[in-house]
Amino acid sequence: MKVMAQMAMVMNLDKCIGCHTCSVTCKQAWTNRTGTEYVWFNNVETRPGQGYPRRYEDQEEWKGGWTLNKRGRLSLKAGGRWRKLATIFSNPKLPSIKDYYEPWTYDYATLTDAPAQEHTPVARPKSLISGKDMKISWSSNWDDNLGGSAATEKHDPMLAKIADKVKFEFEQTFMFYLPRICEHCLNPSCAASCPSGAIYKRAEDGIVLVDQDRCRGWRMCVSGCPYKKVYFNHKTGKAEKCTFCFPRIEVGLPTVCAETCVGRLRYIGLVLYDADRVLEAASVPDEHDLYEAQRSVLMDPHDPEVVRAAERDGIPRDWIDAAQRSPIHALINVFKVALPLHPEYRTMPMVWYIPPLSPVIDVVRETGEDAEDTGNLFAAIDALRIPVEYLAELFTAGDTVPVDGVLKKLAAMRSYMRDINLGRDPDASIPAAVGMSEEEMYDMYRLLAIAKYDERYVIPPAHAEQAHSLEEIATECSVSEYGGGNPEIFGEGSGSQTPLAVENFRMLQDRQTSDTIASPNDKAARVNLLNWDGKGAPPGMFPPKDADQHHGRGDEQ
Amino acid sequence: MSTEVQPEGQQDTQREVGLDGGLSDALVRTRRFFTKGTVSDDLRTLSMKGGRQADDFYRDRWSHDKVVRSTHGVNCTGSCSWKVYVKDGIITWETQQTDYPSVGPDKPEYEPRGCPRGAAFSWYTYSPTRIRYPYVRGVLLQMYREAKSQHGDPVAAWAHIVDNPLRARAYKSARGKGGLVRATWEEATEMVAAAYVHTIRKWGPDRVAGFSPIPAMSMVSHASGARFTSLIGGSMLSFYDWYADLPVASPQVFGDQTDVPESGDWWDAGYLVMWGSNVPVTRTPDAHWMTEARYRGQKVVVVSPDYADNVKFADEWLAIKPGTDGALAMAMGHVVLKEFFVDKQTPYFADYTKKYTDLPYLVALEAVAGGAHRPGKFLTAADLPDHAGEENAHFKTVLVDARTDDLVVPNGSLGDRFGEAGTGRWNLDLGDIDPRLTLLGPGAETMLVELPRFDNVDGAPGSLTRGVPVRRVGETLVTTVFDLMLAQYGVARDGLGGSYATSYDDATAPYTPAWQETITSVPASAAARIAREFAANAEESKGRSMILMGAGTNHWFHSDTIYRGFLGLTTMTGCQGVNGGGWAHYVGQEKCRPVTGWAQLAFGLDWKRPPRQMIHTAYWYLHTNQFRYDTFGADTVSAATGTGKLAGMSTADVIAKSARMGWMPSYPTFNRNPLDLADEARAAGRSVAEHVVDQLKSGDLRFAAEDPDAPENFPRVLAIWRANLLGSSGKGNEYFLKHLLGTDSSLRATEASESQRPQEVDWHEEAPEGKLDLLLTLDFRQTSTTIFSDVVLPAATWYEKHDLNTTDMHPFVHSFNPAIAPPWQTRTDWDAFQTIAAKFSELATTHLGTRHDVVAVPLLHDTPDAMANPHGVVRDWKHGECEPVPGVTMPKIVEVERDYAAVGAQMQALGPLLDTLGTTTKGVTYDVTASIDYLRAKNGAVRGGPADGRPSLKRDVHACEAILALSGTTNGHLATQGFKTLEKRTGRLLHDLAAEHEGKQITFADTQAAPVPVITSPEWSGSETGGRRYSPFTINVERLKPWHTLTGRQHFYLDHDWMTELGEGLPVYRPPLNMGALFSEPDVGDVGELGVTVRYLTPHNKWSIHSEYQDNLFMLSLSRGGQTIWMSDKDAAKVGVEDNDWIEAVNRNGVVVARAIVSHRMPEGTVYMHHAQDRLIDVPIAETSGKRGGIHNSLTRILVKPSHLIGGYAQLSFAFNYLGPTGNQRDEVTVIRKRSQEVTY
Repeated sequence: MKVMAQMAMVMNLDKCIGCHTCSVTCKQAWTNRTGTEYVWFNNVETRPGQGYPRRYEDQEEWKGGWTLNKRGRLSLKAGGRWRKLATIFSNPKLPSIKDYYEPWTYDYATLTDAPAQEHTPVARPKSLISGKDMKISWSSNWDDNLGGSAATEKHDPMLAKIADKVKFEFEQTFMFYLPRICEHCLNPSCAASCPSGAIYKRAEDGIVLVDQDRCRGWRMCVSGCPYKKVYFNHKTGKAEKCTFCFPRIEVGLPTVCAETCVGRLRYIGLVLYDADRVLEAASVPDEHDLYEAQRSVLMDPHDPEVVRAAERDGIPRDWIDAAQRSPIHALINVFKVALPLHPEYRTMPMVWYIPPLSPVIDVVRETGEDAEDTGNLFAAIDALRIPVEYLAELFTAGDTVPVDGVLKKLAAMRSYMRDINLGRDPDASIPAAVGMSEEEMYDMYRLLAIAKYDERYVIPPAHAEQAHSLEEIATECSVSEYGGGNPEIFGEGSGSQTPLAVENFRMLQDRQTSDTIASPNDKAARVNLLNWDGKGAPPGMFPPKDADQHHGRGDEQ
Repeated sequence: MSTEVQPEGQQDTQREVGLDGGLSDALVRTRRFFTKGTVSDDLRTLSMKGGRQADDFYRDRWSHDKVVRSTHGVNCTGSCSWKVYVKDGIITWETQQTDYPSVGPDKPEYEPRGCPRGAAFSWYTYSPTRIRYPYVRGVLLQMYREAKSQHGDPVAAWAHIVDNPLRARAYKSARGKGGLVRATWEEATEMVAAAYVHTIRKWGPDRVAGFSPIPAMSMVSHASGARFTSLIGGSMLSFYDWYADLPVASPQVFGDQTDVPESGDWWDAGYLVMWGSNVPVTRTPDAHWMTEARYRGQKVVVVSPDYADNVKFADEWLAIKPGTDGALAMAMGHVVLKEFFVDKQTPYFADYTKKYTDLPYLVALEAVAGGAHRPGKFLTAADLPDHAGEENAHFKTVLVDARTDDLVVPNGSLGDRFGEAGTGRWNLDLGDIDPRLTLLGPGAETMLVELPRFDNVDGAPGSLTRGVPVRRVGETLVTTVFDLMLAQYGVARDGLGGSYATSYDDATAPYTPAWQETITSVPASAAARIAREFAANAEESKGRSMILMGAGTNHWFHSDTIYRGFLGLTTMTGCQGVNGGGWAHYVGQEKCRPVTGWAQLAFGLDWKRPPRQMIHTAYWYLHTNQFRYDTFGADTVSAATGTGKLAGMSTADVIAKSARMGWMPSYPTFNRNPLDLADEARAAGRSVAEHVVDQLKSGDLRFAAEDPDAPENFPRVLAIWRANLLGSSGKGNEYFLKHLLGTDSSLRATEASESQRPQEVDWHEEAPEGKLDLLLTLDFRQTSTTIFSDVVLPAATWYEKHDLNTTDMHPFVHSFNPAIAPPWQTRTDWDAFQTIAAKFSELATTHLGTRHDVVAVPLLHDTPDAMANPHGVVRDWKHGECEPVPGVTMPKIVEVERDYAAVGAQMQALGPLLDTLGTTTKGVTYDVTASIDYLRAKNGAVRGGPADGRPSLKRDVHACEAILALSGTTNGHLATQGFKTLEKRTGRLLHDLAAEHEGKQITFADTQAAPVPVITSPEWSGSETGGRRYSPFTINVERLKPWHTLTGRQHFYLDHDWMTELGEGLPVYRPPLNMGALFSEPDVGDVGELGVTVRYLTPHNKWSIHSEYQDNLFMLSLSRGGQTIWMSDKDAAKVGVEDNDWIEAVNRNGVVVARAIVSHRMPEGTVYMHHAQDRLIDVPIAETSGKRGGIHNSLTRILVKPSHLIGGYAQLSFAFNYLGPTGNQRDEVTVIRKRSQEVTY
């Protein structure tokens, strides 16, 4: 037994309103910069839908994650490392920019600068790849709210398996949202795919990071991650991914996406797991057993034996305490309402989901039964507007039994609490019907409904004595140290690798102090998509095709 | 436990777990030697401890120097507090604050609030759409410079341009077509000031207007220009009614503008219906209350035409046909009345309705030809010999006491609100009286009454007769409102006669469940069941059933009838004034909690009273000439039971009539400069009122509304700040462009033929174009309004100034603070209008000096004016029906002195009127002398000049302090004082509601530290006392304080002449307008060469707050990147449209080019063009017009409902943004077709 601590997240999809605030705050904080314009560490997908990048879940196409080989051993789906090394210069399983989207901006400055003319001025979209006018035909969230459903329905990989259950008819419409970040897997296939050993899992909290110094830009991690949550920064030529906001986590703050979640549906906390059993659990032959196997790797933080082992393995006392108070532990292993996303990828993801319940009564009333009756509510679960089969494809490798169990618990909670809400006597048979005590049901209600800040997020600060420079604010390297005053390495004109916060800062400062709208015309061949004013063409977004262009300016300018 | 149990089936193989082969293992194992991390023993993964150098990159990214609290003053009800991160003086990004005061230990909290739009705001700060400098239309600036060099004087220079038709035409026709050039603040404001001075001198101050909506979102910024406009005598244009967000049913039923539960109160509800309110999109920060309350066992029902975002959370989805919501509501009312009032008695409902509604009050029946009767006027004390001599007898309503069977006049009606006799009697205390709901009893006389119906397939109004029990009072037949309600809803009782519904399945009789199914498509059984559940929940929980209603049901022409259907449900089930129950109107209902302080500043009430406040819808209906395209009469909307009171009138005639009777405001008021009118009166040696009456009677003076196309009646100068009139709210966009601005448009409509034209409003053969001389806009980003403006001034953003923010969605007041100083040449609104005012006064010194102004003031709500018209009878002096008496049968005529040279000084100081007149809000007057002293100390006093010794308002922080100090919600002393004042009138204990905070003065510093809960105050109808959630009317219910209505109770029945004429005395179903009949548009569903005809709805957008954020690259990247229209797969297939195709939408009002989003979540026959996508982003040239494709409002126009112009009678009296015609836009249709996929720009 080797006890390790993992920082994990649960998202309650039943509360997600699909607002995308998480995506925006994350992007503003982390990837609002050159080279990462198309990068969304956090995105929100409408389901049914294709996801981002398109059809990322189709592992027959992308070969992400792990598979069991003929000998029952865990193997990267894209092939063993030998094959990876052999094909390292021509990674064929990489989503193209078309699978993400062709990034664009607008020539906004026209609105102010337009000379007297026949028509009202308009800002036109400009491709950030070609610099030319474009017709926008895909975005990071194109099928939001079932937009374009008629055209795209057949492309949802999850639907392919249950086509007979789902009709895209007005009356049968259903949808829900799936917010996604990096899974910070216990068994990360991105790390295993990296030829440079640049992706690592932090020992103390399990956060998976890309070592920016070591990354050589092979992009095998992009292929290897079945969730497509490692992105390629086209400016630096390095891989980047969600960092679980480690500079915040280390000081006890929740991630940006969680703290800004207006649906209040995200939970963060520790789980303790037995590192010695990860491989074994990831290797169970039947995909339907993966959920239970994965749950079984997570240890009971109240078990004295586990606590002793954890102390032995160097986990600080306050972390053990946090693991005991962890909402993640409660939702996964006490109330058992959270499920992993695509356990069949065998990466043992550490961002789990409570599947969406609703609507239930909608279905019951068609039967003419009393829709409010608890027994009928349970019976209705398999006839939900959102097909249980669809949810099972996402969370339990197609096994509807665990999903069914979760939905029944949620329905039971509502039914049980309604009596209390209206001042009637509570009915103990309701929680009992789903294997819970009244106290447990009330505790679950409190965690899901009241969801106070300090109960959603139980994050012990990092121990500074164990790793240096864990401060939220990096006082070590102020802006001035990045070449103070040498404009060559700052702003849009710089070609070298500038710390990104600094670059963004310089560029914005440039804009603020310049008399006209800052134009990249006189800068080297690079623009920041999110702040580009549409002037000039932006070559250099992506690595040049041949070496000649590599250091030169783009011809288009 | 979990660590020990190996699931069955996992150990059944003998295989060794491991990675995929020995060679790989060997390779991976070697990584141990060239990495500093640790490869796991099973070789799966690499972990590292310490050594975080590689992470510096992200640590540095997360660094910042400071975090500043601010928020977004956009037109949204979120009122979320944000952290703005700043590094080295640059704003980097924002995340939400989480420090709201707690809601309580057993409830969810308000944190973190926010939405993706707000999270993307900082993009604007340095974006290329930011306006950094003043801009002026090039051709205008050139002419101005030339003229000024010629004349030397700015005012003369302005006159030189605008008074010359050719020169005026030159710059007006260039509007919106590029060619803005940079100017200095000095030059731009000089030109603006000259325009103001010239316009006031030549045409009059009421030819100047200002528009800025929703003070709650940034009170100081709103007040800046409003104060300037008001001080010079200009008109502030309303917004709540103009946006069609004002639910006219609220003043009609409650006598209140709007008051709603905070979102935390959703938690208290046991049953929640979301009806036309898409909460996740339009109330994003609050939506969690809805998702969480479900876990408490709340049942959730959604009524929506499409599979809207909130349907995901609904236990039941009623997919209703757009605009037919009223039919469903009426049918639900039918079920509730039958099952909970007739089939059985529900004590809770009966007690509630007797006490708090007009249901027991008596209504006289009027005999009509043919022996039938119709519901007439409320019986009042004036009709009873014993009471006729009492003060205000016409405004005291009457009911039957069940104990004695006598007629009684209970306390609390309007007649008790004013006058000596009512002192201490204006309350809902019934004493021993037991109001009788119905007159039905053994041997009761009955009478058939004729009731209107509007459900005929051909749209023709119809009627039906149903019997009611009656009683005789003298010669008069009377019945109760309750008996009329049962008749109207069609709930049969034995022995009454008439065409009552035979059962729920009777599809021919309004308003059965089966009847509604034919109209709404909602199954009859579902309608009945939801109604039953709603009422049963209310009965069991004592009123905790709630309806969230929004734009989807409130933006229709007949929305007031839809809403009265809703309010019928929430009121008859005893849910109003109960936490967790009642109506929750959520569209544009923002709440400026410190309303009193804001109002003093915004309207300059500290210096001059009364201000000019105009109903915006009528303003643009006339001044953008939309009235010329009305091809139907005002009586088109009359009922079959009407008596022709609107016959022969056009809508413009109705507006003019309402103006001259003093019902609604009308600015410009007269066809003469009001400054000159005052001079004339003085010269004639009589009061302005006498002079005006005399001139009106002689016909020498006319109301401007009677000739809006005469040059002397044009609006000449319009200032817009915090708003995007031309890209967002301007219904009939193309009419604006053509007639107001005088530039190119895509208007395709034809004008009214001779027989359809107004009778009392002059018709000019040639419609004017380019009425407006100056369009001034202050903004921080380019919008449709800025690109059409003559002068654009660069504004500071919300992260660059001090201000205050509140909402009704939560009970806190919090602050804006500058994260950075206004960059480039931007200025705060407060600063900008001080600049303009100073320049104005400088020019005014020589050109205007001190003048006297004649202000016409309509009959106002919450004043004795509300008793001007007994029984709501129309009396038009112009038709000889009465004498023109100011303040009774026409507007009050008030003389105001304006020292134009002192306006600059007045802007910067709190004026002396407050010392003597105090402040008045909703009829309660406050002595604020203590607050004045406090502010003099807090802000400092002005030294010298016209404002010597007055408290300073120089800085925006000063304005914030003044607002906080002058409002009861933020000054506990005033709240207590106000309640004590109200105690005298009501005779009820009230001041204890504020006592817990009597000593509390919220300061601006408090709001900077954290959001601060407000204090319970008579400015609002609900109570937060003891930390409870806010729900409206709880003070009315719990403390027996009357509603501000005729009876003092909530009204089901309205007896005004015009309400009767429209058949809307009682709740009624009225279908969407028939655009085919009114304007010869094709019918919905028609497919022809030009495309498919569909209902055209413009709901709120997921990716913007009105036009704000729709141009933000974050939002564009998360959506489709430009203007879109959602349509169903079925409609798309009819015209060969596929997802993302370019399409054109065309109707008589204009043309739109957009791309199609085709989805099966849309119902057939209806498209959504999400509102205010503006024209600036990726809008190509239209094939139809050859011009730039339009915006959502290119396909809409203003349609004025005559009953919204009622005034001068009880709760149907004007107050600014309280009552007025709505700028509705939902009844429209359009033709959609696929266009060439090759677009040009």
